[in-house]
Amino acid sequence: MSVRSIRPARPEIATVAKALPAVAADSTQASARARSIRRRRLNVYALRVLVAVVWIGSWELLTRFKVVDPFFFGQPSGILQKLQTWTTEGTALGPLWEQVAVTMEETVIGFVVGAVLGVAVGVLLGRNRLLAEVFSPYIKAANSIPRVVLGALFAISLGLDLKSKVATAAILVFFVVFFNAFQGVREVDRNLIANARILGADNRRLTTEIIIPSALTWIIASLHISFGLALVGAVVGELFGATAGVGELIYSAEHNFDANGVFAGMLLLAAMALIAEALITALENRLIIWRPNPVGTDIKV
Amino acid sequence: MSEPAIELRNVTKRFLTPSGGIYTALRDLDMQVAPGEFNAVVGPTGCGKSTTLALISGLEPPSEGQVRVNGRPVTGIVPNSGFVFQSDAVFPWKTVLDNVAAGPRYRGTSTREARKQAREWIARVGLAGFEDRYPHQLSGGMRKRVALAQSLITEPRILLMDEPFSALDVQTRTLMENELLGLWSLTSSSVVFVTHDLEEAIALADRVTVITAGPGTVKGTYEVDLPRPRNVAEIRFEPRFVHIYQEIWSDLREEVLVSYERQKHSAGAA
Ligand SMILES: Nc1ncnc2c1ncn2[C@@H]1O[C@H](COP(=O)(O)OP(=O)(O)O)[C@@H](O)[C@H]1O
Ligand SMILES: [Mg+2]
Repeated sequence: MSVRSIRPARPEIATVAKALPAVAADSTQASARARSIRRRRLNVYALRVLVAVVWIGSWELLTRFKVVDPFFFGQPSGILQKLQTWTTEGTALGPLWEQVAVTMEETVIGFVVGAVLGVAVGVLLGRNRLLAEVFSPYIKAANSIPRVVLGALFAISLGLDLKSKVATAAILVFFVVFFNAFQGVREVDRNLIANARILGADNRRLTTEIIIPSALTWIIASLHISFGLALVGAVVGELFGATAGVGELIYSAEHNFDANGVFAGMLLLAAMALIAEALITALENRLIIWRPNPVGTDIKV
Repeated sequence: MSEPAIELRNVTKRFLTPSGGIYTALRDLDMQVAPGEFNAVVGPTGCGKSTTLALISGLEPPSEGQVRVNGRPVTGIVPNSGFVFQSDAVFPWKTVLDNVAAGPRYRGTSTREARKQAREWIARVGLAGFEDRYPHQLSGGMRKRVALAQSLITEPRILLMDEPFSALDVQTRTLMENELLGLWSLTSSSVVFVTHDLEEAIALADRVTVITAGPGTVKGTYEVDLPRPRNVAEIRFEPRFVHIYQEIWSDLREEVLVSYERQKHSAGAA
C-alpha cells in the first residue's frame, strides 16, 4: 500500500482519487480533500455562467449598437420576445405546444422504431456469422451515403404527414444503434456464453439473458447520440415538407427572414434534446445498476 | 471396474491459429475418471489443461479420437455437467440469487422453485444475506462461492473446474478448498480439477494426472491414498503427502522446465 502513503503529497493524485473507492486513512485530510473538490466544482459552475453572460451579453450589445445586423444575426432579447409571443399568442402554424408535440411525436416514434430495429438486426447479424458476412458490404455502403437526403425520398414516397418524418428519424437512429448492438454482441465474454450453455441455456435464453444484457452497455451508449439524431431526422423531414412542427416553424421563420424565429426554434429543439438526454440517462442508470460505476458521475462534453 | 464416468481415447486437438497455421494443443491423450473420483490434472501453463476440460464438457469437439461421458460419446454440451471457470464467469447483471438460480431455470424449473433452491445453496456456500448483491459488490472469494453454488445447484454428475482458486489469496484459497471437499463429499460427482499447483492437486484429489508440456499428453497418473475427510491446511505436513509430492514432482519438473525453456526462447525470438 505504498500508493496510499504518497497520495497526500501529490495533488494531481489526490484529485484522481475521487474516482477510487474510499481508502482515506486520515479523515481530516479526506474532508479537506472533499472541500477542495467542492470548491473546484463551484468554480466550474461560476465560470460556466460567466461564459454564458459574456457570450449572450456581447451578442445583445453588438446587435443593439448595430455593430452586427440583428436582421441577419438575431438578438437575444428578440429571441426571448419571439418565444413569449409564440407561447402567449401562438405561432403562424397554430399553438406552440402543438408544434412541439408534433415534432416530439415524430422524434419519439422514429427513435423507438429505429432503436428497436437497430437492436434486432444488430443482435441477429452479431449472432449469425454468415448473415453478417453477406450483408456487411451493403450495410457499409448504406452507411456511407448521407442519410438525411433520404428524407427527400421519404417525403415523395410516404407523403407529407407523420410517416415520412418518422422514417427519416428512424433511419438515422437505426444505423448508429445497429453498429453498436452488433459490436456489443461481438464483444460478449466467451466465458459467459460457455457458462450459460453449460448451465443449460438454449439459444433464446442465451440471447435474452446473456447477449442482450451484455451488449446493453454498448446499445445504451448509442441511444444517447440517437435521440439527438432522431430529432435531426424529424426536423429535416419537416423541412422537406410539412404542415406543422418545430422544423416547419423554423422553415417558415426563415422564409420571412425572421432570424429571431430561427433561433427561437433552435432553442426549443435544444430544450427537447436536453430533456430527452436526462430521461435516457435515468433509464441507463436503472437498466445498468449492476455496473460498478454508474454513469453520470464523470464529466461529459 | 465399472465403466468410467469420463473417458478420453486417443484424443488430439488442433487449433487454427490467427495467422492461419495449425497448433496442436493435445496429442494422443488417454485419460479415464472413475465414477465419484476426484481427479486433479496438473501440467505447465499452456499444456492444454483448459482444452481438455472444453473437450470433456462438449464446448469443443476433438480433432481426433473420442470423448465419452457416462458411457456416451460427447456430441454437444454434456447434460448433467458443471463447470467452474478460471476467470469470473458469473453473470454481472444478475444478482447472486438469480445467478445461482440460472441453472435450474434454464433446465425448466419454475423461477419460483429455482429461487427457493438457490437460497438453500447460497446458504450452503456461506453467502446467506448476500442474495441481492451484484457480483461487482462481492470479493473475489465470494464470487467464487457464487460460481460454485451456480454449478453445484444443478447436481452435476461430472464437475469440471479450471484453476478455480488460482486468483485467490492463500488463506481464502485454503478455506475454499476445504469447503469444496465438504460439498463434494455430499455428492457422488466425478470431478476433474485443473490446477498448476501440485500441492493443491494432492491435497484435494484421489488421483493426479500429469500432462506434458504442449502438445499435451498424459505423462503419468498417481494414486493419492490419503485418508478422507481431509483438512487441506494440515495435510501438507503429513509424511505420506510429502512422499507423494516428491514422487510426482520429479515427473512434473521436467515438463515445467521444458515449458519454461520454450517460453524463454519464444520471448527471445519475439
Ligand atoms: N481457441 C484457440 N485457438 C487457438 N489456440 C488455442 C485456443 N485455445 C487454446 N489454444 C492454445 O492451446 C494451448 C493450450 O491452451 P490451454 O488448454 O488453455 O492451456 P492451459 O489451460 O494448460 O494453460 C495454448 O498454447 C493455447 O494458446
Ligand atoms: Mg488454462
